[in-house]
Amino acid sequence: MENKKKQLRIALRNCGVINPENIEEYIARNGYAALASVLETNNPQVTIEAIKKSGLRGRGGGGFPTGLKWEIASKNHADQKYVVCNADEGDPGAFMDRSILEGDPHSVLEAMAINGFCIGATKGLIYIRAEYPLAIERLLIALKQAEEAGVLGKNIFGTGFDFEIELRYGAGAFVCGEETALIHSMEGERGEPTFKPPFPAQEGYLKKPTNVNNVETFANIPVIILKGWEWFASIGTEKSKGTKVFALAGKINKVGLIEVPMGITLREVIYEIGDGIKDGKKFKAVQTGGPSGGCLTEKFLDTPIDYDNLIAAGSMMGSGGMIVMDEDDCMVSVAKFYLDFTVEESCGKCSPCRIGNKRLYELLHKITEGKGSMDDIDQLKNLSRVIKDTALCGLGQTSPNPVLSTIENFWSEYIAHVVDKKCPAGQCKALKSYVIDPDLCIGCTACARACPVGAIKGEKKIPHEINQNTCIKCGACIEKCKFNAISIK
Amino acid sequence: MNKIKLIIDNKEVSVPQGTTILKAAREIGIDIPTLCHFELAGMNIHNKPGGCRICVVEVEGRRNLAPACVTECTEGMVVRTNSIRVLNSRRTVLELILSDHPADCLVCAKSGNCELQSLATRFGVREIPFQGEQSSYKVEVSPSIVRDMNKCVMCRRCETVCNDFQTVGALSAIERGFPAVVSTAFNQKLSYSSCTFCGQCVAVCPVGALVEVDHTPKIIRAIADEKKTVVVQVAPAVRVALGEEFGMKPGAIVTGKLTAALKALGFNYVFDTDWSADLTIMEEGTELIGRLTRHLKGDKDVKLPLLTSCCPAWVNFFEFHFPELKEIPSTAKSPQQMFGAIAKSYFANKIGVKREDMIVVSVMPCLAKKYECGRDEFKVNGNPDVDYSISTRELATLIKQANIDFNSLEEVPFDSPLGESTGAAVIFGTTGGVIEAACRTAYEVITKKQLPKIDFTELRGLEGVRSATIDVDGLKLNIGIAHGLSNARKLLNEIKEGKSQFHAIEVMACPGGCIDGGGQPLHHGNSDIIKARWEAIYKADQNMPIRKSHENVSVQTIYKEFLGEPCGHKSHELLHTHYFDKAKVIEIKLD
Repeated sequence: MENKKKQLRIALRNCGVINPENIEEYIARNGYAALASVLETNNPQVTIEAIKKSGLRGRGGGGFPTGLKWEIASKNHADQKYVVCNADEGDPGAFMDRSILEGDPHSVLEAMAINGFCIGATKGLIYIRAEYPLAIERLLIALKQAEEAGVLGKNIFGTGFDFEIELRYGAGAFVCGEETALIHSMEGERGEPTFKPPFPAQEGYLKKPTNVNNVETFANIPVIILKGWEWFASIGTEKSKGTKVFALAGKINKVGLIEVPMGITLREVIYEIGDGIKDGKKFKAVQTGGPSGGCLTEKFLDTPIDYDNLIAAGSMMGSGGMIVMDEDDCMVSVAKFYLDFTVEESCGKCSPCRIGNKRLYELLHKITEGKGSMDDIDQLKNLSRVIKDTALCGLGQTSPNPVLSTIENFWSEYIAHVVDKKCPAGQCKALKSYVIDPDLCIGCTACARACPVGAIKGEKKIPHEINQNTCIKCGACIEKCKFNAISIK
Repeated sequence: MNKIKLIIDNKEVSVPQGTTILKAAREIGIDIPTLCHFELAGMNIHNKPGGCRICVVEVEGRRNLAPACVTECTEGMVVRTNSIRVLNSRRTVLELILSDHPADCLVCAKSGNCELQSLATRFGVREIPFQGEQSSYKVEVSPSIVRDMNKCVMCRRCETVCNDFQTVGALSAIERGFPAVVSTAFNQKLSYSSCTFCGQCVAVCPVGALVEVDHTPKIIRAIADEKKTVVVQVAPAVRVALGEEFGMKPGAIVTGKLTAALKALGFNYVFDTDWSADLTIMEEGTELIGRLTRHLKGDKDVKLPLLTSCCPAWVNFFEFHFPELKEIPSTAKSPQQMFGAIAKSYFANKIGVKREDMIVVSVMPCLAKKYECGRDEFKVNGNPDVDYSISTRELATLIKQANIDFNSLEEVPFDSPLGESTGAAVIFGTTGGVIEAACRTAYEVITKKQLPKIDFTELRGLEGVRSATIDVDGLKLNIGIAHGLSNARKLLNEIKEGKSQFHAIEVMACPGGCIDGGGQPLHHGNSDIIKARWEAIYKADQNMPIRKSHENVSVQTIYKEFLGEPCGHKSHELLHTHYFDKAKVIEIKLD
């Protein structure tokens, strides 16, 4: 994104700057210097300690301390260990990881090798969705060049350290971003999560200790090594260090990928980087954390963005989706949209996620159809809590977040739907009615001719009327009317 | 082993490291409900997907609820299994499962035996608060198994037994989200899949999603038809399990009441598959001796080890997965099919009934037998040697609906001549039994000496793979035994690699052999029941006056009167079969 104001590029440092298909350009910008330094130091514990002290947390959404994850994997002894890069980015509208892989593939490869050296792994795997052909192509080019340059493969930098990386293609299942599901998918099994423990650091790919990190997490590693953990730890808030890449989207003037320091406020992101709400409309909410996140309202605009604050506000960091909504967005429909996604993407293994999310969706649908009752809202709340409390993996445990956060923050909209049978944002078709103002209608018949279902009746030159039972609320009449006689009620 | 102390519902309990909360709670009398969880102790069957979430409990300091079935106890853990949070969640989860389950309990095969129904009763569910879409899949009827996936609760037990225990791989989860369900590859019919019809999926299904094909109405109609002579045969394992259906203790031997019940049901002749089991030993034993003799004479072409062929699921398994070995198994038909072939020839002639006017019914602990009796090679001009095969469970239903008070029946013997049998035949009902029976006969036929000890205890047991060397007067006979097709697969791979040291191998598809066949009364994971049946089988053997197949007088008579000699011309015609390469006949049919 052009607007560099307030932005700080660490993970995206090379994106758009270098030619990703030329390793020399990466090397020219200190590429593989971090790996060289780690191998030269020849003390994995020192590097792990540096990552721990840097305060880097998993950028895939969970926010688990990266250094600690490495340390656990390093302490589990086995004849073979694996480093896995999770590039199964699946949040709707999010493309942080894809951009890094397309723009700076070597940063990830270098970090994986560093990780391999630290935990004692000689094999790395990148689990990438097959729908990212350009990222795959660039990774393959990068792998070839890195091997030719001797920064990957056998005896790297002559130190005796071997590290090779392979790609594994995912078929685009959202749940395969969950690390155990990802591992099962790589093993050729059905992509569904299993109960943890055992954690991948204990029993991962092919039952061997495995460290799984997300693309963006890896992209931060070389910089931390080169600039020192103190530098990295100086950026951000107390418990969330460094930067975060967000895919800014929705009703905002400037959409796109941004990288901002932790601790920045939503107001700064939306109004300064994003240049405010489109068409001068009123801000309503911002959805963070992808389908499992929540909707935050105006009262959170000045909250510093970090892992813990977002969770406290009822949402989450997630992998970096950030969708801005304005006054025209119906929040019940927004919740329904996200539930539609999780219903589709649930693996179906545990009952709360498989059936519970479906029932949540059906309840929301009922409400947007104007058929909901207060009991349905109670049921939504109870069911959401139970799913969060009982689902097997992160997908199920967070899938009710959009429901709970919209109920919490937009209670009046729910009430309007079920009690007044109105959609305040005018989005829910079933709750809309098109009405002709007899004072403005001159009986030109244009609307009646445009109506595809013959719902508009009236004599020429006499005000027309819309039969509400027949009307399908397509809006064709309103477009044809030259006298502004038709309005939505 | 390290002991761990924890508190469950205010009670302190000490358990070995690695114990789950579920097990620890059960140890102190707290019965946390489960649905997907399934284990068959000692049989290496473990299904712990942690998927149904019925067993969730509250663990102090943990953000969300923990599934008790897979969460291991840790030192100082404080667990609540009945807090309001737990009770509400558990109930909601159950209501969710019920909201996608047909409420047709009145006409469901599993009614009264359904684990989901039991949960609903236990929770006192009076209404299902969630309304919405219900799964709708086509009900599939295969020769042995009915699959109604609308009832599937995704416990994955069937998938576990089919893949891990049987390594058959016919069933696995397909689709995702709400439509996720267990099915075959490409959603094919079972008949077009690698299914062996062993029925273990049916034996472990907690609900009515997988049940046996019900032949009882056909039996009732056949008996009512005055033009038909209806002959019934009963497999050995049925007599040690049927009593359970009438409230008797597992392991009760009910042979006499069983025959009385069958007579009361109106069968014209009540015979015993044990009779044809003895006949099987004559044929299979002779075949083994023949192959051994040729082997000892240095014949390199002789196919060894000889594999038993009594178990139809096993036959299906090697035909599909190891067709290249199809010349190795004994060509002897299974006792069910030998019985049918004899009943519709020798016996039909004897009583002057035409083949078409005789109906042969078998009562089997097995569902694959339903498939077996429908195989084309077991038909004469389209008329099957065995018309219908019903399971132990179906027989219990028949007895119950015919107002027969099973418990008070006077014991009666089987009819003659196809009702006499020996102890060697009874033990066909469990793993190791067929090969022990064969050894008893082979020993005496080869050595022409009397066995010093009838019981070959070295061949007995419930371990998945067993082996023993039998000393036949200096000749060392290496015997292998496997139950569970995953175990059989190990032995078959050895044969393929030329590493097998065995002269003969017995294989049974089901855990413990026929005693836990797919058609037996449901054990719901209680392996003590299987053990009791196992003990009963050997007790029944002990109780028999004759315990060696070749001493069965009625079998001796049929050789004199009709068959000539074992493995002779007539025997080959009636009692032997051949196998097919099924890997090649699998078709991809979209239906």
